[in-house]
Amino acid sequence: MTITGTKTAYINARLLDPAAKLDAKGGVIVENGKIADVGANVGTSLASDIKVIDVGGACLAPGLVDMLVHTGEPGNEHKETFTTLGEAAAAGGVTAIATMPDTDPIIDNVAGVAYIDRRARQTKSVKHFPYAAMTVQCQGKEMTELGLLAEAGAVGFTDGLNTLGDAKLLRRIMSYSRSFDLLLLQLPLHPRLAEGGLMNGGEMSTRLGLSGISSEAEALQVMIDLRLAQATGARLHIGPVTTAESVQLIKDAKAKGVNVTCSTCPHYFTLTENDVGDYRTFAKVLPPLRDEANRKAIADAVADGTIDVIASKHHPQDVDSKRLPFAQAAPGIVGLETLLALSLKLHHENKVSLLNVLAALTSKPADVLRLPVGRLSKGSAADMVIFDAGEPWRISNDKLHSKSKNSPYETLPVQGRVKHTILDGRHVYDSTKIANAA
Amino acid sequence: MLLNNRHLLGIAELSPQEINTILDLADKYVDLNRETERKGQRLKGRTVVNLFFEVSTRTRGSFELAAKRLGADCINMNADGTSTRKGETLIDTAMTLNAMHIDVLVVRHSASGAVKLLADKVNCAVINAGDGQHEHPTQALLDALVMRRRTKKLEGLNVAICGDILHSRVARSNIFLLNKLGARVRVVAPLTLLPKDIDRMGCEVHTRMETGVKDADIIMMLRIQNERMEGSFVPSAREYYHFFGLDRAKLNLAKPDALIMHPGPMNRGVEIDSEVADDIHRSLILNQVEFGVAVRMACLDLLTRQLMSNQRLQDAAQ
Repeated sequence: MTITGTKTAYINARLLDPAAKLDAKGGVIVENGKIADVGANVGTSLASDIKVIDVGGACLAPGLVDMLVHTGEPGNEHKETFTTLGEAAAAGGVTAIATMPDTDPIIDNVAGVAYIDRRARQTKSVKHFPYAAMTVQCQGKEMTELGLLAEAGAVGFTDGLNTLGDAKLLRRIMSYSRSFDLLLLQLPLHPRLAEGGLMNGGEMSTRLGLSGISSEAEALQVMIDLRLAQATGARLHIGPVTTAESVQLIKDAKAKGVNVTCSTCPHYFTLTENDVGDYRTFAKVLPPLRDEANRKAIADAVADGTIDVIASKHHPQDVDSKRLPFAQAAPGIVGLETLLALSLKLHHENKVSLLNVLAALTSKPADVLRLPVGRLSKGSAADMVIFDAGEPWRISNDKLHSKSKNSPYETLPVQGRVKHTILDGRHVYDSTKIANAA
Repeated sequence: MLLNNRHLLGIAELSPQEINTILDLADKYVDLNRETERKGQRLKGRTVVNLFFEVSTRTRGSFELAAKRLGADCINMNADGTSTRKGETLIDTAMTLNAMHIDVLVVRHSASGAVKLLADKVNCAVINAGDGQHEHPTQALLDALVMRRRTKKLEGLNVAICGDILHSRVARSNIFLLNKLGARVRVVAPLTLLPKDIDRMGCEVHTRMETGVKDADIIMMLRIQNERMEGSFVPSAREYYHFFGLDRAKLNLAKPDALIMHPGPMNRGVEIDSEVADDIHRSLILNQVEFGVAVRMACLDLLTRQLMSNQRLQDAAQ
């Protein structure tokens, strides 16, 4: 814990700042919750009044920015509260999250955004930014008060799991949002084509007798969204994308100058439809897990930068929402605490540079959201994660801080472990201290 | 000088000289209308028919007064009260009226281009009193007259037209006219209320009032209909007022002596705050109503003079 006015130096670190393309040995000095100095020379000669923390060669990066997070609060506090959400984020090295508006009640008015803002300020372990609905009650009928909601603090607009399929209304919302230069997010699933679908449409769904969501349900919605974004100039984010075809469409649109970014989640480059296996509801997610060829294409697209952002799409579901026949089980995977380790698979297995993996987890989502987070620059908030990129461990659902434990990765061996998470200069998570206490 | 066309269908087909001819004559009628004895004889024996397929109080009343002050016989026919309700087509209605030997037909219709269609079928002069989202030429002329009398000239004037440009015939006619007379036009609205390629009609496009009204000489507010503020074009009236309603704070960004106009009827508390709408030093809204009669007198006068000269030509030919 740092006290106001005191200085703390983190030395002997491998500094990783994707925004500055910095990957070098060095240190960081934190003062009053802000980064006072950063670089290779920090730590060589320090004044005597500075508290020194030797991180022992561990990686020191900006705290992760997770732009796709579902929360249980308000309305489903038995699945997740802002407190448990904050603890899970801190344990995952995540210092900023943007949360979906399709809660109960739905965040589609100024009072709702103000509520999230107030509750989030009480949770001191993560910076919490709300999205607001783009249509009233996420019903796809009327536009919400986009301008007033943005003034109240909404960082983007989405109907969450309800993709807006009405092209005419979507076009108007895109035009209107452009007047205020707002960010719109769409889940890429054509609502009519995906209706009733439970998993990827293909051989696996046929064998299991489950109705499928075909890859064209995703591609078609991506086409509609991109074409309208091109016509209106709207600032669009599509995510999570799960297929090779979507990636190609977005790549082409970017080349044409369309103002679009996209994201994916670790489960789309680490799991496939085969993980549904014997009707495992923990592998039920929207959009669905795809086949091996698409999994590989998604990993490659993150590697080459076509996919801008990796987000967890953390979606807590309690036991009673998952211990059901596959058709009735709720979709979702908790992901805040496994985000870093699963993303690092791209580094360990696909030879993607550590800096590029971290860019998709820090500076790039910060840029999409236009938030002053996700970088280690002088004067910015000291939101940092210190992790050991190579340390092996097994994911254990029981040890998750999230109130819901719906992770399909139970017992999976991974590499890369969070040691400390620091928010505005305060340690909000220390793995070693917890180890000492135990 | 006479007008080149038999009809007045839109500003788009008028030359700057024709516009000035109408405004110069209207100027005289403004003064005449302020006399105690207002009744003239210029249109004595002439018949003017107001044929309104869309409800209107001020425009129809203004045309009726204009016709009567010039001594014409004037009747009003509402679409509700005519045989269109019984299934008569627009062209049949035109042919029927034509057979009654009328001189000027003033037409308003909800479909763009309908007035032109009707004008092609009749021998009288036709004045467009508003067709769909196309033109409302007498409104633009009266707006120009108001501006001209107050600021002396239109050339170089910064005029910001704010609000529902997409559905507005007033905006289109004003953009045409102001460009022809050398004013600098800006349109200010959310992109949902701006038609495609509006910048190619010769105006600067702004999506925020803060930049749109900056240094404006004239701020022209347009009416926005309630059904367009229920999440379709604009999320709500509250949001519209917050970002696009003209209040004192936004007015302060314009020139210190900037003037406010509105074609009416106003939605107070939606597109305009009562405090500025009723500011006698800044608001020209009542002048617009007053000068409307004068402009329509000038139009009726010029078009009937034209009819006379046409008839003389026809007589000479025989």
